[in-house]
Amino acid sequence: MNAIELRNLTKIYPQFTVNNVSLDVKRGYITGLIGPNGVGKSTLIKMMLGMVRPDTGSIKILGCDMPRQEIDIKQRVGIVSDDCFYYEDVSIRDMKRIIAPFYKKWNEQKFNSYLEQFELSPKKKIGQLSKGMKIKFALAVALSHEAELLIMDEPTSGLDPVFRRELLDLLAEMMQDERNTIIFSTHITTDLDRIADYISFVNRGQLVFSEAKDEVLDRYAIVKGDRQLLDSDIRKKFTGVRETAFGFEGLVENRHEAEQLFGNYAVFEKASLEDIIYYNAKGGRAHA
Amino acid sequence: MNIIISNASGDPIYMQILNQIRQSILSGELQAGDSLPSIRQLAKDLQVSVITTKRAYEELEKEQLIDSVVGKGCFVSGANKDFIREQRMKRLEEKLLEVIQDSKELSMSQQDVMEHLTLLFEEDQTS
Repeated sequence: MNAIELRNLTKIYPQFTVNNVSLDVKRGYITGLIGPNGVGKSTLIKMMLGMVRPDTGSIKILGCDMPRQEIDIKQRVGIVSDDCFYYEDVSIRDMKRIIAPFYKKWNEQKFNSYLEQFELSPKKKIGQLSKGMKIKFALAVALSHEAELLIMDEPTSGLDPVFRRELLDLLAEMMQDERNTIIFSTHITTDLDRIADYISFVNRGQLVFSEAKDEVLDRYAIVKGDRQLLDSDIRKKFTGVRETAFGFEGLVENRHEAEQLFGNYAVFEKASLEDIIYYNAKGGRAHA
Repeated sequence: MNIIISNASGDPIYMQILNQIRQSILSGELQAGDSLPSIRQLAKDLQVSVITTKRAYEELEKEQLIDSVVGKGCFVSGANKDFIREQRMKRLEEKLLEVIQDSKELSMSQQDVMEHLTLLFEEDQTS
């Protein structure tokens, strides 16, 4: 069962292209959309929300067609973004009065308790909120209308480490109901290292992979060793390599194969998501 | 029951969870019929992914250490201690067979292996 189904999405901009992306986001799990800046993560999220129309391809959200059933979809979706969608000149309380009537399942009590928990004063103007506070406000709105699907664009980028951890708890709380789904884009992968079930990696407008996080982390490895071990055939096994006077460090996609190749001559370490992003972005550029 | 996840450990997280729950069951800290936290609750408390805790529980079910009852959650299996011991003995035997295989490759005699083992036992007791 998929909460989101993207099929063959293409969008051509003068400087940049989202190229034939198909992606399934599984219901009941947390999916992280990762990749360097400016590779199409936000464009994909905006397409899911109907804010960018693809040139070709189709989008299904919670079984409904986007944009044909956009109004129904939006009732069931919570949105958190680092772009602020709200009026800058009104207070939190007034903004809530504007938004709440749009939602059939608005829960006033829940909203007020989130404001209290996030230490947001209802009198404060949206424009005066810090980046982190804006995200907290968006989150309070998103969690107060019984959304089944939470879509978040770079939610942790403006947040301090204390609230980032609290956010993980809030998300895990939402996931206690197995009908709920969360997708978020980020380049801060330490958050995802903890709680994401699935990882979708986007690079230069294309989907590199989309699979269970544990499988990704088992498959990739960081290899370190003497530069003399590298020849042109062996180099091809690496997604990317960084060489210094003291040796090399590189990312391989097939840990098992690399272990057989290098045996005891190299050191193997677990790759982090950050390593995977870094070497894919860097390695890809070097080949181009 | 305590479950402690170490990021420095070489073992995958699901295996750390699996090992610690198994240990609690085999040591008798968890008794047959005791309920375990739900997959999603455990994921929340340990701040790990749902897939990770799910995998740990699935492995425990395969080892027949826990039973999952749809709509009710997971429970320590009623399978008796003899069975658990038997399972552990079986795993131990597999490991010993591996040792025998390795020692053959190193052209060690049975006597050599026995002596080595005795030595290690003694070291373990003094440490």
